[in-house]
Amino acid sequence: MNSFWLHPSLILILGALLLPLVPRPAKKGWLLLIPILAFVRVLFMTHGTFGQVDFLDWQLLFGRVDRLSQVFGHIMTLMCILGSLYGMHVKEDAQHVAAWVYVAGSLGAIYAGDFITLFLFWELMAFSSVFLVWFRRRKESLAAGYRYLLVHVFGGLALLAGMVLHCRAAGSWAFVQLDVAHPTPAIWLIMIGFILNAAVPPLHAWLPDAYGEGTFNGSVFLCAFTTKTAVYALCRGLAGMEILVVLGVIMALYGVVYAVLENDCRRLLAYHIISQVGYMVAGVGLGTQLAINGACAHAFAHILYKGLLFMGCGAVLHMTGESRFTELGGLWRKMPWAFVFTLIGGLSISAFPLFSGFVSKSMIVQAGFEEHKLWVGFLLMLASAGTFLHTGLKVPYFIWFGKNQPRKEIWDRAAEAPWNMNLAMAIASFLCVFIGCYTPYLYQMLPHPVDYHPYTSYHISETLQVLLFTALGFFLLIKKLTPEPVISLDMDWFYRMGGRAFRWVASKPVQGLDTAVGEIYRVVGLAGLSGLARVAGVFDNKAIDGFVDGLARLIRSFGGGLRLAQRGQMQENLAFAFAFAAVMIVAFVFLVNR
Amino acid sequence: MRLAKFIEYLRNRLPLVIKLSLAVLALLIVADAIPAIVHKEHHAHTALEKLPGFWSVFGFIGCVLIILVSKWYGHAGIMKQEDYYDE
Repeated sequence: MNSFWLHPSLILILGALLLPLVPRPAKKGWLLLIPILAFVRVLFMTHGTFGQVDFLDWQLLFGRVDRLSQVFGHIMTLMCILGSLYGMHVKEDAQHVAAWVYVAGSLGAIYAGDFITLFLFWELMAFSSVFLVWFRRRKESLAAGYRYLLVHVFGGLALLAGMVLHCRAAGSWAFVQLDVAHPTPAIWLIMIGFILNAAVPPLHAWLPDAYGEGTFNGSVFLCAFTTKTAVYALCRGLAGMEILVVLGVIMALYGVVYAVLENDCRRLLAYHIISQVGYMVAGVGLGTQLAINGACAHAFAHILYKGLLFMGCGAVLHMTGESRFTELGGLWRKMPWAFVFTLIGGLSISAFPLFSGFVSKSMIVQAGFEEHKLWVGFLLMLASAGTFLHTGLKVPYFIWFGKNQPRKEIWDRAAEAPWNMNLAMAIASFLCVFIGCYTPYLYQMLPHPVDYHPYTSYHISETLQVLLFTALGFFLLIKKLTPEPVISLDMDWFYRMGGRAFRWVASKPVQGLDTAVGEIYRVVGLAGLSGLARVAGVFDNKAIDGFVDGLARLIRSFGGGLRLAQRGQMQENLAFAFAFAAVMIVAFVFLVNR
Repeated sequence: MRLAKFIEYLRNRLPLVIKLSLAVLALLIVADAIPAIVHKEHHAHTALEKLPGFWSVFGFIGCVLIILVSKWYGHAGIMKQEDYYDE
């Protein structure tokens, strides 16, 4: 391809690099202009393959434009406009730079036609988005950011290993639908890389951990791009993989359970991302045209209403400095508009008729029923009830109403958000309602032709009954739902406590075992079975003691080393080590391929 | 601020709002039972769904189950003090 093809990521990256040079008065204009340019660029792209670059032995394909990549490119750039508008008053340039590079990574992965380009942008996303957590500058954000990065480096390595194995076998780096009916280890590894970014349990704990700690506007970006880019990659490569149906349904319910327990409104929303992405993952697993359409439509709608919900809760955090239900309450007097916008987001995610979730989520449920997987349909309906319970009822009720009276300084600080935040929320609210009311806007973009009509009397009756009777249950059991000032343990427990457990194992049980083994053999020796005892004694002294002592010494020294490393920048060292390993693998493959 | 006034207006008439909401719930089940309003023949996937108000019962029981099971799970040792991870 000779002619220059303008990649939308390039607009964002150049815009981000030039941002610090833009004079202060023009800054706000620049913050709007660049995402709008990227959006317009996506709108006017023609289908085809562009931006083919021959690099060493590889052919990199930066621009595969088709219906599937376009629907995701459309919503990603649209969300970038809204997110930038929402955080427009943030003075720190670096925050906007990180956000735009993050979006550029997402777009690059979406338009990538080969695995190498995909991987490149995949990692760009991880390494730029972590700054959206770090910029909150709390002690907890720093730690959460490192954990986020480490988990994503692990996922990236799994993806890379899978890619390498797959491409060695297939002889091509093209990123196309894989043979999911006969999964090889390569396909499993690629799947692990994808579902880690889609936050499928048990690889999900990074999501509430990081998104609850992000900056007020950083989390608006975070909630949209990583998981939905993974949904795109799953649609592209692993459509119809049976196990994804099971994982998706588990996800949809898992997020609901944790949302009941959660006391931080943004962590609650994060758990509902897991729940909602579960619908999409299940849709990808079903793999029919209706299901893939549903997964794409739901991703599209989800980005808007979840962004809106994070904006609403982010506005509360920005204005009051609090995001815990136990510290909030009765804010309707102070922030009524934030309440209305959040409620619209809540009604959209719950799939109320006339709101966006209604026209997208039901496609996936319908696909489950049509494939005669009744359990999928019914369990996803159950998760819908849970979604309304938390996001439509619990979040608005305990922040804006409820019996709780916030502390005086929180109450005094609370006020309506700045105009640009409210405008971003208003536009997102409008789009949520628009998609719900005017279905062709979304349906005409989907990858397959749509023959689905959400507004049947049965579907409306079914949805209203489930949702409104959930509301009845909510108000009857409201005492049970009163938030408690606690945190809930999740899978991150294993890696947060892993280091400590390791130290404990080294200092207590291994030494204890050593002493006990020695004691037992001494007693047996004294019992008088002299022949056996001699043998046992020799065995004890030479073999067991030696082994156990050696093991204890090894673990103690390793534990000591780890303890020292934790005082330093172990996370950084590990990240470097992983990055180095990644480079080595690529180099190895490259050399072997020659 | 007009919006806050409107919310206050509704809050001052809470018993009436509750009664209206309950009436809506009852109407939903009634409508679900009338085939002229809600066509079930081509849409219901199972025989159960043809019962009037099936999804109402599903929604209510589902909601109660989610709350009770999650709270049981949380109190079984998953919920910890906020400083749990602090060293």
